[in-house]
Amino acid sequence: MALYSDKVMDHFRNPRNLGKLDDADGIGEVGNAKCGDIMRMYIKVDDGIITDVKFNTFGCGSAIATSSMATELIKGKPVEEALELSNKAVVEALDGLPTHKIHCSVLAEEAVRAAVKDYYDKNGIAYDPEMFKEKDDPHEAGCEV
Amino acid sequence: MFVYADNAATTCVSKAALDAMLPYLTEQYGNPSSLYSFGQKAKEALEASRETIARCINADPKEITFTSGGSEADNQAIVSAARLGARKGKKHIISTQFEHHAVLHTLNRLEKEGFEVTLLDPHPDGVILVEDVANALRDDTCLVTIMFANNEIGTVQPIAEIGALCRERKVLFHTDAVQAAGHMPIDVKAMNIDMLSMSGHKFHAPKGVGVLYAKRGTVLTNIIDGGAQERGKRAGTENVAGIVAMAAALKESCDNMEENTAKIIPMRDKLFSELSKIPHSKINGSLEHHVPGTVNMCFEGIEGESLLLMLDDQGICASSGSACTSGSLDPSHVLLSIGLPHEVAHGSLRLSIGEYNNMEQIDHIIEVVPKVVEYLRSISPVWDELEKGELKHLI
Repeated sequence: MALYSDKVMDHFRNPRNLGKLDDADGIGEVGNAKCGDIMRMYIKVDDGIITDVKFNTFGCGSAIATSSMATELIKGKPVEEALELSNKAVVEALDGLPTHKIHCSVLAEEAVRAAVKDYYDKNGIAYDPEMFKEKDDPHEAGCEV
Repeated sequence: MFVYADNAATTCVSKAALDAMLPYLTEQYGNPSSLYSFGQKAKEALEASRETIARCINADPKEITFTSGGSEADNQAIVSAARLGARKGKKHIISTQFEHHAVLHTLNRLEKEGFEVTLLDPHPDGVILVEDVANALRDDTCLVTIMFANNEIGTVQPIAEIGALCRERKVLFHTDAVQAAGHMPIDVKAMNIDMLSMSGHKFHAPKGVGVLYAKRGTVLTNIIDGGAQERGKRAGTENVAGIVAMAAALKESCDNMEENTAKIIPMRDKLFSELSKIPHSKINGSLEHHVPGTVNMCFEGIEGESLLLMLDDQGICASSGSACTSGSLDPSHVLLSIGLPHEVAHGSLRLSIGEYNNMEQIDHIIEVVPKVVEYLRSISPVWDELEKGELKHLI
């Protein structure tokens, strides 16, 4: 069996929404270079809808693939819906990830949330800070920074 | 184009090795422990292989024990030395931070049993300093175990000097020579080596067979108990075909060493010189003390696993010391031991070439790697920050 599913390899080889948005309404960056992965996500929001999204990722194959899939899953969706995106949904959409790579999907979820939070902050939109409480990520906890 | 550039991981079985082993899988399948002549034919092949291998490293055939590979040989050598030391109340072992895990994990186990282990840091060029070994030696040191050549960065250690020092101080000296055997001259007598491990599949024999050389008088402790094979020191019916192949492969590698080295070095040097042109790249390990075929480099701003996957798409088999490829949280302990920061170690690439490679393949690597590095940098937020000056370049 190959390390990754065909879907993961497809998103790794042909990442969707790769790049930057110069006029982004929100930018989220998560991860740490020391730990070996950083995702940066840009969103463009019109009338509460994510009309465009781009990403840049430093990381392994699954980090690139999960970023790509996450952008696909939130593009065209209302901001509130994007906030609901779970790492599990990203993993399922990619037909699974090896256990030790689940962390990458958590990072993708967090990148989306960080971009939305940045959009809220920049536009003075009130929100419950509890919504953006950091989740436990065993990978980041284990990677000594 | 398919380019196998991971010869430090494993090698193809040579034709000489395959031809030598085939009869022992088909017609001559006897058990060397059987007394009838059909079994004794296998025994003869086993002993002839022992002689061949002993000659390649200037040892006595009686000093050669066949094992399942390098890891088992490392385990047995270290445990044997520890048991011998413990009998005399000597429970201190010296090794290095960048050994193979077969050595490091065996040492961990001994530490739990009450042994004290000193792991020396290599010099940033990937070489252990003899004076550091000398300074670490104590009255209760029972073993010094230092690898002949490092598996990731290819640096060769001052084995003869360390051997002389250990002999003078009457401390057992073991070397994990898995990356050196068949690629560099080894003379256990001249180098004062007491124990040495080898693995067949690193020099064109099949996987699953290795050698532990132990100088006469070095009493081995069994790792595998059972029958009386290998003078009672390693139970289990011998892998006759594998051993015959290993002897043929080692002899071929040693006979052709000069010729192979002369072929490999220009290829390796071209890789070093061309890939070094990539901005913010770094060669890992001293070029002066180096096995012929290993090239280890870091490229800032990218991660090794994605690099390997993209090289794989271009037919290139290579490896990396990034955390993602190791399946652990930290990048390679070898790269960290020579002082590389985590973020740089994540972007490492090891290409290990051999005599089966050719210049056309090297040109393919040289064409592909810079493009892949450039692409991965173009999508990397880290590289973006480095380019904007928001992060400081480390290499």
